[in-house]
Amino acid sequence: MSAADNPDIPDAEAALVVLAARMRDAVMHDAAFVGIYSGGAWLAERLAAMIPGNHRVGFVDVSYYRDDYATSGLKGGARRSDLGFDVDGATIVLIDDVLYTGRSVRAAINELFDFGRPARIELAVLVDRGGRELPIEADYVGARLVVARDLSIVLSKDPGGLLALAVESTAGN
Amino acid sequence: MRNPQLNANGELTHLLTLEGLPAEVIRHILDTAQPFASIAEREVKKVPLLRGKAVFNLFFENSTRTRTTFEIAAKRLSADVINLNIGASSTSKGESLLDTVDNLVAMNADMFVVRHAQSGAPHLIAAHLNAHRRLHVHVVNAGDGRHAHPTQGLLDLYTIRHYKGDFGGLTVAVVGDVLHSRVARSLIHGLTTLGTPEVRVIGPRTLLPTRVEGLGVRVFNDMRDGLAGCDVVVVLRLQSERMKGALLPSAGEYFKHYGLTQDKLAAAKADVIVMHPGPMNRGVEIDSAVADGDRSVILPQVTFGIAVRMAVMSIIAAN
Repeated sequence: MSAADNPDIPDAEAALVVLAARMRDAVMHDAAFVGIYSGGAWLAERLAAMIPGNHRVGFVDVSYYRDDYATSGLKGGARRSDLGFDVDGATIVLIDDVLYTGRSVRAAINELFDFGRPARIELAVLVDRGGRELPIEADYVGARLVVARDLSIVLSKDPGGLLALAVESTAGN
Repeated sequence: MRNPQLNANGELTHLLTLEGLPAEVIRHILDTAQPFASIAEREVKKVPLLRGKAVFNLFFENSTRTRTTFEIAAKRLSADVINLNIGASSTSKGESLLDTVDNLVAMNADMFVVRHAQSGAPHLIAAHLNAHRRLHVHVVNAGDGRHAHPTQGLLDLYTIRHYKGDFGGLTVAVVGDVLHSRVARSLIHGLTTLGTPEVRVIGPRTLLPTRVEGLGVRVFNDMRDGLAGCDVVVVLRLQSERMKGALLPSAGEYFKHYGLTQDKLAAAKADVIVMHPGPMNRGVEIDSAVADGDRSVILPQVTFGIAVRMAVMSIIAAN
C-alpha cells in the first residue's frame, strides 16, 4: 500500500519539505546531522542540502545497541557507524524516518556517547506515529499519523533519489 | 546426527570446525565482522552486545595471540572475561574436563573459549552441554590438537577477502607443515567451501598428511612450482614441538628448500599477499625480508582476528 493509494499516509517528499521548514530557523548553523541507517541516513543527506549552514553529516547503525539483541540477535547486516566529526562538544540533530516506540533513538543516543560527549542532541523525524514506550519526543516532526500496531511504516528511495512512504503488515514477523 | 554446531533452526550455536559448515554461515560471519573492525577507532572501544555475559577462556594449551585476541574481542562486546589458569588449577588435581565445565556452568558461564591439545575436546564439551540441555551455553574452539582452529581459518578468509575481494579466480598456496597444522585444515575447508578454484599445499612429503589430495588441494613438493601464479601464500609455522621423530634433517635444511624468501616469492603474482598465523620462526619458514616486506599482511591478520572473533561470539550468543 503506497501513499498514493491511501490518503492517510503522507507523501514523503511533502513531509520532508515541512520538516526542513521547521528545522531551518531552529537548528544551530553548525549542528551536525546524524542519520540512523537506513532511512534516517537518506534524510540526513537531503536535509543537509536543504537547510542553510555548515551541517556535517554522519551515520549510525544502532544494531549493536538494540535492546532486543538477546531475543532477536543481529538483524540483517550491520553497517559501520561513520560520524566523521568530533562528537565532543558537538551539537547533533539525530534524524530518523519513523518515530514509534523510541527504542531506536535510545540506542542511537547511547551509541553517540560512545564516540564522545556531545554538547546537545536534538531529534528530527519524518513521521511520528505515536506508540512511545520510552520518554522520548522529537524536536522536529514532518508529519504525524496513527496506524494500527501490526502495521509498519517503511521509507524507501527510488533510483532517482525520491523518497516514498508505504505501510507494510508486520503480522507473521 | 545433526551437526552439533547448529541448532534445530540451522543457526550457529557453537563454533567447533569449518568442516561441513555451509558457505552462507561462513559468509554471514565474515559480513558481520566487517563493521566490528571500526569499533577500535571509537572513543569508547566497546559495544554493549554481550553486556553481562560471562566468557570463560579455557586454555589447556599455551597461546598468547589467540587468547589475547579472544579476550579483547569479548571485552569490546562488553562481556566479562574470566581467564582460567588451567595448569595451576583443578585439572592438575585430577578433575575431569567435563567436571570442570559443569562447575563453571554452575558459576553461570555463558560461553567457553576452549583450546586443548586433544583433538575433539571442544566437541566433547559442546555435546555434553547439548545433552544436558544447557543450550544457552556456547563453545568456541580456539584450537584443538591437529584437528581445527576455526577462528584462525575465518580470520584468514577475512584477510583474503579484504585484499582480494572474492575467492573466485584465486590461487591460494598453503606452505609448510600441513601435517601438524590445524590452521591449514580449517583454512583449506573454508577456502573450498567458498569456491576457491585452486588451493595448493606445498611442502616436503614428510610434512604433508597422506591422502591430503582428498581435501581438494593440489600437492607440490617444489616451492617454485607451487608458488607460480599464486595470489595468496599462507606460510605455516614449523611446529617443532609437535614433531615426534625425525621428519626433517634440520631447520637450516628446511629454510633452504621451503623457507619463503623474496627470491622464491618472485614466482607468485606481483600483487601476491603473504600471510602467517604466527608465531613466526624467522629464518626457518619465512625470511625476515618477506615477513617485514610490502607483500606481508601478517599484522593486519592479527587486527582482523579481533573483529572476526567478535562476530563469532555475537552470532552464537544470540542463537
